[in-house]
Amino acid sequence: MLFLSGDEAVATAAFDAKVNLGTGYPGTPSTEILEYFEQLGGHAQWAPNEKVALEVGVGVAYAGARAIVTMKHVGLNVAADPLFTAAYTPVEGALVVISADDPGMASSQNEQDNRRYAVAAGVPMLEPADSQEAYDFLLRAIEISERWRIPVLYRLTTRVCHSKTLVKQGQVPVPAPRQGNYVRHVAERVMVPAYARPAHHRLRANLKEIAAWNETSDLNKVIEGSKKLGIITSGISYQHVREAAPDASVLKIGLTHPLPVDLMRKFAASVERCVVVEEGDPYLVEGARAAGIAVEEKLEQYRFGELNVNRMRRILTRDASPEEKPAPGKPPALCPGCGHRVAFQALSNLKAIVSGDIGCYALGVMPPFDAVDTILCMGASFGVGLGLRHSLPPEQAKRVVGVIGDSTFMHSGLTGLAEMIYNPPPTGYVMLVLDNGITAMTGFQEHPGTGRNLDHVKTNKIVIEDVVRAMGVKNVHVLDHTADPKAFEQLLGEAMEKTELTVIIARRTCLLATRFIKEWDKCEVG
Amino acid sequence: MTDKVMTDKKVTNIVVAGLGGQGVLTATDIVADVAVSAGLDVKKSELHGMSQRGGSVSSDVRFGTQVFSPMVPEGEADYLVVISADQVSVNAAVLRKDGVLIEPATVDEKKLRNKRSINVALLGALSRHLPFSDEQWTAAIKHNLPEAIHDVNVEAFQLGKSA
Ligand SMILES: Cc1ncc(C[n+]2csc(CCOP(=O)(O)OP(=O)(O)O)c2C)c(N)n1
Ligand code: SF4
Repeated sequence: MLFLSGDEAVATAAFDAKVNLGTGYPGTPSTEILEYFEQLGGHAQWAPNEKVALEVGVGVAYAGARAIVTMKHVGLNVAADPLFTAAYTPVEGALVVISADDPGMASSQNEQDNRRYAVAAGVPMLEPADSQEAYDFLLRAIEISERWRIPVLYRLTTRVCHSKTLVKQGQVPVPAPRQGNYVRHVAERVMVPAYARPAHHRLRANLKEIAAWNETSDLNKVIEGSKKLGIITSGISYQHVREAAPDASVLKIGLTHPLPVDLMRKFAASVERCVVVEEGDPYLVEGARAAGIAVEEKLEQYRFGELNVNRMRRILTRDASPEEKPAPGKPPALCPGCGHRVAFQALSNLKAIVSGDIGCYALGVMPPFDAVDTILCMGASFGVGLGLRHSLPPEQAKRVVGVIGDSTFMHSGLTGLAEMIYNPPPTGYVMLVLDNGITAMTGFQEHPGTGRNLDHVKTNKIVIEDVVRAMGVKNVHVLDHTADPKAFEQLLGEAMEKTELTVIIARRTCLLATRFIKEWDKCEVG
Repeated sequence: MTDKVMTDKKVTNIVVAGLGGQGVLTATDIVADVAVSAGLDVKKSELHGMSQRGGSVSSDVRFGTQVFSPMVPEGEADYLVVISADQVSVNAAVLRKDGVLIEPATVDEKKLRNKRSINVALLGALSRHLPFSDEQWTAAIKHNLPEAIHDVNVEAFQLGKSA
């Protein structure tokens, strides 16, 4: 018996199933999956972003091998392009796309419900409710992916990822290992219109078959309880339901796309009152209603944030009274001595309008700096700042400075940089790259600019200033901005006065990561 | 000393709270480990992400014959262990009416060989309410901490236990 987090359980299943490659991009709450997979001895890699990771995963699966691709929910927006068409192209091996959603936004910029992606892309979706299922369902996801030759969306949520529960291996058969072997399938894999049209028909037929299979699949289960109250649910909500309403009948759906509508219909008809409870969007509700099943849905106020046992009780009693807000805790702040502090002090002194980005440096929005004006999504510091510069009066436009971290630069800054060079605003633009040598925000992951792989072993290194210069920026400055904060502020101020493109790379290793990085580099030498 | 834990279907609810870097998650890992070693159903929940940056952190452990939700419902914690005094008010609502609050002042910090082991010392204080043996606690402490600090922490645990 193991005691694992959901993330660790997924990794353990991937390892047991001899998944040939795990790839992804870090993002809470998904990051630990690949890290643990690597610790177990699996082949794991960080890709520069989620889109590239998914494409690599598709290649693995075309080769007849197995891949898991991990990301946080917003990562699937980045990877959406390959996902939608990969649904058309049958895989030889297995492709499991793992999306870790964050209802309640424990550490995310939105609380989008990625179950919508399964419908939009037309891929089957599994939703485990604890670590045991996170383990078992991954094996099942591989089986489904290989049987129907289709990518599977594996939807986790924060509480499944980060809660530890007991796991027993061996409850579900482990699919026999696979090895890569090239078989040419041009009509299946070359998505030009002539091949894509029949591919779409194939996909819909495939989904119909999976839907029929799902009606009797053991991935869904019914808890026989009182006939007075029946609850349809999935994922972590199931746990809250069992505690809040121990006597109710429950239909727990494990494979939530395509939905087992006949099973839902039968269940709804067997109880006096049938309530659908789910975190986030009314996904199951809409699925039930589209099939003509009368169900009760939760009040709109429970669409926001995470659910828990108390909120579940309120949902079931249709309690519309305002909920008490939890006492505010101490908010996070930039570590004392963090290099980002020096940068934001300068930006604040210069009254810059900061087009920010995502990473530890998002905390520059907090006092005493109050120095960030916009944060949208990874990489947006380039585009949003450029848009501002294009349309503000020159005196304001000159104050616009973009701020991006090194990992975010690799993730989606490169195309923003191309935009800046291709369509420079009349006032130019100033980009500040805060290069702390690591992906700090998510817990110190490597990226293509660190020169080390996921396992911290040395590899090719992409040097940011080389790329920026090679792409055509003339004013490129590289410095440790903490060595002389005054000089740094002056440099930044001068750049803001110019009507040119300037990139300043402020390089100072993350304080908390310094110790690890030393060790990793030492291992390399030793 | 052992409260009515683990008779019948009762689930024991423990919340540990503090600030990032204080060892909140290690503390709940240790408690969960002890309960696992006792053959119980156990769930542990935590929220990390921004926690390294010194913000509020809390983590829940629940154990019994069968546990469903991994999160302790508000007002249902049997024990609230708080490592940082300023986090008591933030977390007070989770404790049930007659629940036990274990504050940092429970342990005389001056007597700790390493102040950082306050989290484990407070588990010592908690242990007086729970039906687990010293051997189980010691094993769990060792399992969750690097060898170099085993002794300091076992000592801290004993200090907390006798506090
Ligand atoms: C599409 C997407 N993927 C992943 C994340 C999670 N995430 C937030 S910031 C970040 C990277 C931060 O690294 P860096 O830019 O180097 O800044 P640092 O935290 O080191 O200061 C990641 C991976 C996200 N928000 N969006
Ligand atoms: S983890 Fe590193 S980058 Fe993030 S705030 Fe702390 S020192 Fe700064």
